[in-house]
Amino acid sequence: MENIGIVSYGANIPRFRIKVEDIASVWGKDGLSISKGLGIKEKSVPSVDQDTATISVEAARSALNRCSINPKEIGAIYIGSESHPYAVKPTGTIVGEAIGATPDLMVADYEFACKAGTAGIQTCTALVKGDFIKYGLAIGADTSQAAPGDALEFSASAGGGAFLIGKDNVIATINHTCSFTTDTPDFWRRAERKYPSHGERFTGAPAFFKHITKCATNIMKIAGSKPEDYDYAIFHQPNGKFPIKVAKILGFSYDQIKQGLLVPYIGNTYSGATMIGLASTLDVAKPGDRIFLTSYGSGAGSDGFDITVTDKIEDLKREKAPTVAQLVEDKEYIDYGTYAKYTDLLYWE
Amino acid sequence: MRDVAIIGVGLTKFGELWDKSFRQLTAEAGSKAIFDAGIEGKEIDAMYVGSMSSGRFVGQEHVGALVADASGFSHLHIPSTRVEGASASGGLAVREGYLSIASGLNDIVVVGGIEKMNDVGGNAAIETLVTAADQEWEAFFGVTFPGIYAMIATKHMHDYGTTKEQLAQVAVKNHANGALNPYAQYQREIKIEHVLNATTVAYPLGLLDCSPLTDGAASIVLCAADKAKEYSNKPVKIIASGQASDTLSLHGRRDICTLDSTVNAAKKAYKQANLSPKDIDLAEVHDCYTIAEICAIEDLGFIEKGQGGKAIENKITTLDGSLPVNTSGGLKSKGHPIGATGVAQIVEIALQLRKEADKRQVKDAKIGLAQNVGGSGATCCVHIMEAM
Repeated sequence: MENIGIVSYGANIPRFRIKVEDIASVWGKDGLSISKGLGIKEKSVPSVDQDTATISVEAARSALNRCSINPKEIGAIYIGSESHPYAVKPTGTIVGEAIGATPDLMVADYEFACKAGTAGIQTCTALVKGDFIKYGLAIGADTSQAAPGDALEFSASAGGGAFLIGKDNVIATINHTCSFTTDTPDFWRRAERKYPSHGERFTGAPAFFKHITKCATNIMKIAGSKPEDYDYAIFHQPNGKFPIKVAKILGFSYDQIKQGLLVPYIGNTYSGATMIGLASTLDVAKPGDRIFLTSYGSGAGSDGFDITVTDKIEDLKREKAPTVAQLVEDKEYIDYGTYAKYTDLLYWE
Repeated sequence: MRDVAIIGVGLTKFGELWDKSFRQLTAEAGSKAIFDAGIEGKEIDAMYVGSMSSGRFVGQEHVGALVADASGFSHLHIPSTRVEGASASGGLAVREGYLSIASGLNDIVVVGGIEKMNDVGGNAAIETLVTAADQEWEAFFGVTFPGIYAMIATKHMHDYGTTKEQLAQVAVKNHANGALNPYAQYQREIKIEHVLNATTVAYPLGLLDCSPLTDGAASIVLCAADKAKEYSNKPVKIIASGQASDTLSLHGRRDICTLDSTVNAAKKAYKQANLSPKDIDLAEVHDCYTIAEICAIEDLGFIEKGQGGKAIENKITTLDGSLPVNTSGGLKSKGHPIGATGVAQIVEIALQLRKEADKRQVKDAKIGLAQNVGGSGATCCVHIMEAM
């Protein structure tokens, strides 16, 4: 593949946090054991005025702040999320307008559970490769939903990442990408339902692990690479255990994944999860570093990427936007009552 | 009554079998047993299958005919009957097959057991399992099986000084055995601290005191003993089959720490076999919860009432102990696909008596016993087997 890849990037994580133990105590559960079992200490919570659109705008602005690209040169925006604020009315238009990229651009909202953001990266890469656009903006962001008392409530959180894809001043080349997709109903939300349903343990072996391992194996076959060829690896992270386990199955070490493993501190940001993991990795990456990424979206599919960091990363003004580590540390704890108010658990008709 | 022998056995792997259907599992276990016995479909006089709640777990009733059909025998029009007795469904199916040959009606019978429990979510599985308890007196008030067995455990601890550590040692032993069984759901050893530190389900029972939700099937081929050697050079004779019942609810029992159904089924079986508990070389017992194994070894007469916990602690029932119990890994480690469990227990005893249990083989095993319990003890089925 010619030198097409990431030109700039940004992330956003709402600053409110609730501790897993505080959620557990409301439901009379053993918080310490749940926190340990899930590998999640706390999760981010969006405030009343934060949603997928605002998180996407913040992440996109960070990406633009780090480079000198004129927003008018962005020819496409694809936003992947399972919490688009509107069922009918694109998030992409809101973001496009807010960053000054309208009107000459392609826009569509994507949904593929937790991997719609990486699907956006693939689309933008293809459009750039086909010379349809100069730059594409791929965003994965969510304010994910969890029914009160459901197991998902301990992990479902908010955040997002934005990646500008192009040919000029590429900071990280996308060498290869591929996907692995089947019809596997492990997690879903029917139209007009407020909260998702899931197949409990069915979300593990036949869903997350099968798709990630197959996709990761395929991408390494295409790239002719082995786990030890990579400096960093990022896997989808619905909890703290799955990414560590899948890394081990594939032959990656904890050292390779720890920079991109944010779920213990911010929870599962769904479409934002691997995007924030990649942003965190780019925060510290050096020229020549090789990055492996495999996302996972329920329903189900995985997108795999083989990425090499270029010399141009030294020219990117990374300091012009907050690093993921800074976003993680910039936090304010809230109690369950406040969480309930912010996440609309207290609504009535 | 004619003597009856086991001439073929078959098992599927036990576990979360997402890629296999109910139909595939029955066919797999059945065809393995039939292949092992070396019989043809046209030689089968009848089929019996144990399944507790296929209707709620996979939406499929009419399992008797389904099993014959899935096995490719629909054109033979073999009488095929489903048997249900909660978690004792498999043991009862074996007994029905046994009786039909012992009575002289049939010569060759295939018995199967099946449950596919993971196609529904955890809550639906719990609601289904508790249909085996007393709906009016137990389930209605919110108790589920971990709670019922927790009450048995608490009383046992109170009356006999049984400890949580002793309960945990049942799980540790069964996982050690299951680690040697390639068909087991959990083929790994655990330590006592894992059991003691596991999330509490219903005090004193933690997560690792409980058997899991399992998909799996088991099958055996039974034959009139006088014809068994025509098919198998290692037939195993069923020398006794005992069954008994008790109150559906726990509170109606004479003593909640004693499963009188087990006591009575065992008494009948020992009498039929003209044996006593000390004659048994190994046993598969119904350890749906760790306390259940402690009660079982007492109620089967192996250990004095109240001393089951100490017996576990003294390693009497380990693989190299004087009375190995649950060499397969038991329900705890091998897994507990409800309807298949009673048949799978018979498969393990048969393998042991055929000296085919590989790394978990009990030396000099000649006589084995299987105890299969329904609910909290409302039904019990005990079979005793001997190498021929």
